[in-house]
Amino acid sequence: MNGIHDLGGMHGLGPIDREAGEPYFHEEWEGRVFGLFFASFAQGHFNVDQFRHAIERMEPAEYLQSSYYEHWLHAFETLLQEKGIISPEELDRKQAELSQMGDQ
Amino acid sequence: MAQDHDHRHDHHHNAPPSDTAMRVKALETLLSEKGLVDSSAIDAVIELYETKIGPRNGAAVVARAWCDPDYKARLLKNGSEAIAELGFQGVQGEDMLVVENTDSVHNIVVCTLCSCYPWPTLGLPPVWYKSAPYRSKVVRDPRGVLEEFGVELPESVEIRVWDSNAELRYLVLPQRPAGTDEMTEDQLAELVTRDSMIGTGLVEAPTS
Repeated sequence: MNGIHDLGGMHGLGPIDREAGEPYFHEEWEGRVFGLFFASFAQGHFNVDQFRHAIERMEPAEYLQSSYYEHWLHAFETLLQEKGIISPEELDRKQAELSQMGDQ
Repeated sequence: MAQDHDHRHDHHHNAPPSDTAMRVKALETLLSEKGLVDSSAIDAVIELYETKIGPRNGAAVVARAWCDPDYKARLLKNGSEAIAELGFQGVQGEDMLVVENTDSVHNIVVCTLCSCYPWPTLGLPPVWYKSAPYRSKVVRDPRGVLEEFGVELPESVEIRVWDSNAELRYLVLPQRPAGTDEMTEDQLAELVTRDSMIGTGLVEAPTS
């Protein structure tokens, strides 16, 4: 299916930025998202094709403006919500709870 | 769907910068509380990919192919099996095709649709490999991309760009540099860079 992910041949996306001695994960959360990828498959909730498709369904502007592991996070949130495993409200509540703990 | 999307959008634009880290933490905590995820298993996966799986694996494959013609023949015929001979196999490397650089052909690997990459031999891909600029340009202007990487090839060299997919992953077998006849397999492996196995670099002879 056509979509923004189909980038081959597109013009004007700028120079290729390279980083010497690049770490595998730039932020701790990137590693956690990466690890979740294996853990969630292991539990059989969705397969890699569904995961990739969830990324391909992203809003084009959001797709281009967000990073690789943000795409992954988006896919997790989308699939876990669509499959009824986690509701958006539950996620919001947990996030608020954790933020409060962090403030104390 | 629309609702889900709006929900995510709010997060993206109205929240402070640390929002992403918090979203991930909330997700992992919830899954863990539901017994769906084991956080220590996530720790183990991170450690594995940060310390054990990386381009040194691919470099060992390349050096072996340079030193052992029979191995090289097996590698080019059935990449996955020959790579597994050295103990490298697993997720995102189940089906491998090894493409050889010669005096007349130079190969470059990309994944235009996402970021498919041979994890068992190269580890996790660098950000540039997953980025829109590389994915869009390399299929349209491979010489321009090589130039950005500081690689210049004679006009007579044919450049082949391989677009990876979910099932099939590519590894470039770079050319062995001249003047390395006396080097051991281990020493040769030290010369092999990640980019030379993606095709955006060449293997340079050691400067002594």
